[in-house]
Amino acid sequence: MNIIDMTISGLHAALKSKQLSSVEATKAMLERIETVEPQVGSFITVTADHALECAATADLRIASGRMDMLTGIPLAVKDIFLTEGIRTTCGSRILENFIPPYSATSYQNLRDSGAVLLGKLNQDEFAMGSSNESSAFGVCRNPWDTTRIPGGSSGGSAAAIAARQAIATLGTDTGGSIRQPASHCGCVGLKPTYGRVSRYGVIAYASSLDQVGPLTRDVTDNAIMLSALAGYDPKDSTSVDEPVPDYVSELAGGIKGLKIGLPKEYFIAGLDPDVQKTMDAVIETYRRLGAEFVEISLPHTDYAVATYYLIATAEASSNLARYDGVRFGHRAKEAAGLLDMYTKSRSEGFGAEVKRRIMLGTYALSSGYYDAYYVKAQKARTLIMNDFIKAFESVDVMLTPVAPTPAFKIGEKVNDPLQMYLSDIFTIPVNLAGTCAMSLPAGFSADGLPIGVQLIGKPFGEEVILRAGYAFEQATEWHKATAAL
Amino acid sequence: MKYQPVIGLEVHVQLLTDTKIFCGCSTKFGSEPNSQTCPVCLGLPGALPVLNKKVVEFAIKAGLSTNCSITPRSIFARKNYFYPDLPKGYQISQFEEPICQHGWLDIQLDGQEGKRIGITRIHMEEDAGKLVHGDLTGLDDNSGVDLNRACTPLLEVVSEPDLRSSDEAVSYLKQLHQIVTWLGLCDGNMEEGSFRCDANVSVMPVGSDTFGTRAEIKNVNSFKFVKQAIEYEIQRQIDLIEDGGTVVQETRLFDPNSGRTRSMRSKEEAHDYRYFPDPDLVPLVICDEWVERSRTELPELPEQCRKRFVSQLGLTEYDAEVLTANRPLAEFFEAGVAAHGNAKAVANWTMGEITRSLNDSGTSIRECPVTPQLLAELLKLIDEGTISGKIAKTVFDEMWRSGKAPQLIVEEQGLVQVSDGGAIESIIDEIMAANAGQVEEYRGGKEKVFGFFVGQVMKVSKGKANPAVVNELLLKKLKG
Repeated sequence: MNIIDMTISGLHAALKSKQLSSVEATKAMLERIETVEPQVGSFITVTADHALECAATADLRIASGRMDMLTGIPLAVKDIFLTEGIRTTCGSRILENFIPPYSATSYQNLRDSGAVLLGKLNQDEFAMGSSNESSAFGVCRNPWDTTRIPGGSSGGSAAAIAARQAIATLGTDTGGSIRQPASHCGCVGLKPTYGRVSRYGVIAYASSLDQVGPLTRDVTDNAIMLSALAGYDPKDSTSVDEPVPDYVSELAGGIKGLKIGLPKEYFIAGLDPDVQKTMDAVIETYRRLGAEFVEISLPHTDYAVATYYLIATAEASSNLARYDGVRFGHRAKEAAGLLDMYTKSRSEGFGAEVKRRIMLGTYALSSGYYDAYYVKAQKARTLIMNDFIKAFESVDVMLTPVAPTPAFKIGEKVNDPLQMYLSDIFTIPVNLAGTCAMSLPAGFSADGLPIGVQLIGKPFGEEVILRAGYAFEQATEWHKATAAL
Repeated sequence: MKYQPVIGLEVHVQLLTDTKIFCGCSTKFGSEPNSQTCPVCLGLPGALPVLNKKVVEFAIKAGLSTNCSITPRSIFARKNYFYPDLPKGYQISQFEEPICQHGWLDIQLDGQEGKRIGITRIHMEEDAGKLVHGDLTGLDDNSGVDLNRACTPLLEVVSEPDLRSSDEAVSYLKQLHQIVTWLGLCDGNMEEGSFRCDANVSVMPVGSDTFGTRAEIKNVNSFKFVKQAIEYEIQRQIDLIEDGGTVVQETRLFDPNSGRTRSMRSKEEAHDYRYFPDPDLVPLVICDEWVERSRTELPELPEQCRKRFVSQLGLTEYDAEVLTANRPLAEFFEAGVAAHGNAKAVANWTMGEITRSLNDSGTSIRECPVTPQLLAELLKLIDEGTISGKIAKTVFDEMWRSGKAPQLIVEEQGLVQVSDGGAIESIIDEIMAANAGQVEEYRGGKEKVFGFFVGQVMKVSKGKANPAVVNELLLKKLKG
């Protein structure tokens, strides 16, 4: 088997049995990156030298017998994760030359288990977008059809897996930013429960919604990654001190009797026929595997997108205030005084979508509008959260589409932000509810584009959706398909 | 027309915690710029705040000592504005649901009835950094940001608009200052800004129940300036109204050099801070047990201490007030009473020699070389008649200088009081012989001359003669 086609578990076995060294595996990945990167654009920064150093260290560790599941595995992370000494842009001009003095806890956890960093992945600027088109560092293309978007905001994280440029990647998900690109690129993408993985050192977009998660080729790899990431971090007050199950050993065991809810609000008229067809087939597979289906209702679903775009933008408007040109990041050269320096630095440094969201959020928090927008959105959020709590009284997991359509064309929705926002309609409620969900490769459109389905779990019930995903994967071949790039 | 001023105070109290409110950096004052910083207080991307428990404990103590109720679930909020000393572009503070609410302090002005001043709220927040201007990098005229102070913990104590004069305002402020320093929450240094005050001032016609438009005065960093600033502002507003003008809502800056206030920004220019709950911090839940534990840990407060000094130790109101000016002084006094027993004598010496020597040498009571125990030993020597009160002052000076025990000094310098009647009688005889004229005067009815003889005896005995014995013998001899 080609190194670039391997999974974490496969490569781990090869490293452990000394069939391969981490340096060999890393070189193979770096070569692959070099070959296909011009067609894909998954990376903002490739850290070749650093990767080879990491790999050499990992080989020593393997030789000494202190091997972890991730030791020597070449990975890449979204450019939103702070990596000490390695440029971190968050897809923005304003951080074009920002070299952080410390690392994100989640990334550090991967490094501590011996993972190799191949580079920093392309993304929508400050994670604001569903197509990766708001990146300041060039287009990222869908490896299944390079005229199409890979999804966003973790577009590079999904494309790099589909293009076999990394064995696994790290993304963040604020309204679907892991699950939607995973669906569009045919990989497994998990958004853990809010508080499951530390946010420390992850550049904030919307603090009450942001969550770190892995993108992988299969469910087993996802469980391996989550095991390395999950856990309480005293540096993040919103991380939760909840026991971390052994996600890998929880995978087997089957799903006989598992109650799967189908929220009726998610099966709307106008759902893309290919997506509908995929859903039907997945339901059939699960039925065959012994799951029971229950129709449920999440009555406040209609309010989710509006609620999200008030809360997320409000938080973003405040989170992005620190990019003011004073201490780090871009500072305008010619400025007449402080206010001018602020205005010019931010005008030059931020792209259009980021500015749009800062303005929306600033408006929602402004005196006189706060109650009508921000406070009302918080109330709606509580109703949406309660929908989930109530629905989970009668089901173990929920099954829904990830996105209303397969990947759309590059440029198709750039001038229609509202249409773009609506592409996250099935993923956003999960972030508002704070629970966990996973996108699972489940089929292809007539045009050969990957289509994923979403399994939504109870808060801190990651092992249940992973098990359900694993059972599906055992019964199907979708995750084994590779883009002909 | 007669006008009634209405005043409310907002006081910022810098807390004496070792570390900052949302990170582990030191709060020490005066270090190399930006040496006490980390990703959190620098506001770097991705950094997150974690609340310092000590700050919460301090806030609870401040709340309980000012009769506030402690909010069971309080919320941190972001106050958004741009300024170079504010690294995140927002200050983490509390807005809705502050930690302490609905408290009060009683103030007492001379010759007036006591008055209760409401405390609306006390909340926790982080301080900003500071800007340094001037030649920093060889280029003239540039500005630098020092973030050592960023993220240091503050309490903001907001009073109700219950104050009606500058004297009431100062009295309230002094009492608050006394409480926070007494509890060790704050060093109380107003010049360095550890305890700073903004005053909201308005005036209305006497008898009206509608407040006038207020101005907020910033930057008043001493009790004297608070009084000056408020008085200036009251008069400015009255003059303005009398001249047919109207007071506008604005922020004004007090200039200590001119004693005046000047406009800093109008209501229109005021920031819209866009407060909203900080999503990086979870709600702060304080259980009853925590509040009760804090209550039992609270020391006796200055007011209770003052009352006890009067009722139990028999001090005058004035003495009790002086001796409870700060906690170390009160503790010094109490230790002295415990070692000696005569509260009045210990009070006199503490307020007299001790305070004078501390002031003269610029020493704090904590470093006082004459400990309460040594002071008690000195007083005992007086009680026992070993030395006179006058000699005691000489002994005290030597104790201050050398730190030696009084007994030792008395012995070394031979200062033991002479109470032996025979020895004193012979001195008196000598003096009477040498001053026959004065003896005649006395015997002729000029009793004032008695003092002259006492002085002479003390002079010859180098102050060591026991004054009681001297008096008794002199009287007997002069009367013949």
